[in-house]
Amino acid sequence: MDDLDRLRAVFRSTLDLAPDAPDADVDGLEYRAIPQWDSLAHMSLVAAIEDEFDIMIDTDDVLDLSSFAKAVTLLDKHGVVTAG
Amino acid sequence: MSSPQAEPRVTLVTGSTRGIGHAIARTLARAGHPVVLHGRTEGPVAAAAAALAAETGAKIAAVHGDVADLAAVAAMMREVHRLHRRLDGLVVNAGIHDAGPLGMMSGPAVARLFQVNAVGATHTLQEAVRLLRRGVAPSVVLVSSVMGTKGSPGQAVYGATKAAVAGLTRAAAKELGPAGIRVNAVAPGFVRTAMLASLDDAAARERVRATPLGRLAEPEDVASVVSFLLSDSARFVTGQVIGVDGGVVL
Ligand SMILES: NC(=O)c1ccc[n+]([C@@H]2O[C@H](COP(=O)([O-])OP(=O)(O)OC[C@H]3O[C@@H](n4cnc5c(N)ncnc54)[C@H](OP(=O)(O)O)[C@@H]3O)[C@@H](O)[C@H]2O)c1
Repeated sequence: MDDLDRLRAVFRSTLDLAPDAPDADVDGLEYRAIPQWDSLAHMSLVAAIEDEFDIMIDTDDVLDLSSFAKAVTLLDKHGVVTAG
Repeated sequence: MSSPQAEPRVTLVTGSTRGIGHAIARTLARAGHPVVLHGRTEGPVAAAAAALAAETGAKIAAVHGDVADLAAVAAMMREVHRLHRRLDGLVVNAGIHDAGPLGMMSGPAVARLFQVNAVGATHTLQEAVRLLRRGVAPSVVLVSSVMGTKGSPGQAVYGATKAAVAGLTRAAAKELGPAGIRVNAVAPGFVRTAMLASLDDAAARERVRATPLGRLAEPEDVASVVSFLLSDSARFVTGQVIGVDGGVVL
């Protein structure tokens, strides 16, 4: 599984999405756009991303993590290769 | 290990180069627990860590940074993450003292007191929460003061910063309880550390007279209560601000 798929898997399991939810749906997710992604789930999501990629996310980045796309950018910042 | 908890518990103690923080770190290290020491700058904390490791044989690490600076606190927690991946205990102890009558505390002095004692405690707790969520039976102890719970002339600003610490404690206990994280505070009276160095003999005698138990506190008096609150013996205690003040009447 590449890093992008690992990140999608974290989103699917933490936000209780169907395991077969299409990649495109996951990639388009935004904070509070679905009922499951509320502020409580946000903290679990952050913890799950940290555990999966063994990184520590700053509070500013936690606040800025408003979409799947932002999560990808954040992983890039932490040196996790998600592109290509 | 003399601790009731057989498992080693990883604890970060802020402001542990000397004084109360160092006594807390030593108590934990003597019980065999790994401790992360902390101070504002690298040199003193590295020296304190090396000495404590030699004295106790425990696993001692060192991090540094001004707690008033959010970026520095975030960097500290990243270092803890790199070293241990989690925190089972956090002691929010780093603090400064300044006194003066109302109307005579300068703006910068007021700002710095709040920045270190109140904002610094908040940064420390906030940045550590995700490490604590990964800990085993995690427990946080913040160091408030009798000046924050009871107040005293000349101590209004310092007391306000320490009342903020008590408020932070109570709210955090409610918010983090469901995650299994306990949060308590101690409110020491007059403790013999560098912070009290400005007290002359007459003033010290005055403090002792006001203390039913008849002496100033030693840092170890505070450390033993903190170590209790961190331990499994206090497993059903949260949201408390416990006086460690010999019953002092202010
Ligand atoms: N002593 C008392 O009577 C008494 C009574 C009630 C409550 N307290 C509280 O107990 C705590 C410890 O006091 P203490 O008497 O042990 O004081 P202390 O001997 O002066 O030690 C203070 C510790 O905090 C660190 N520190 C101070 N400012 C910091 C900052 N901005 N960033 C990071 N670290 C910082 C110091 O590190 P550096 O050496 O690098 O500055 C030192 O390790 C404080 O919160 C104090 O308010 C003390």
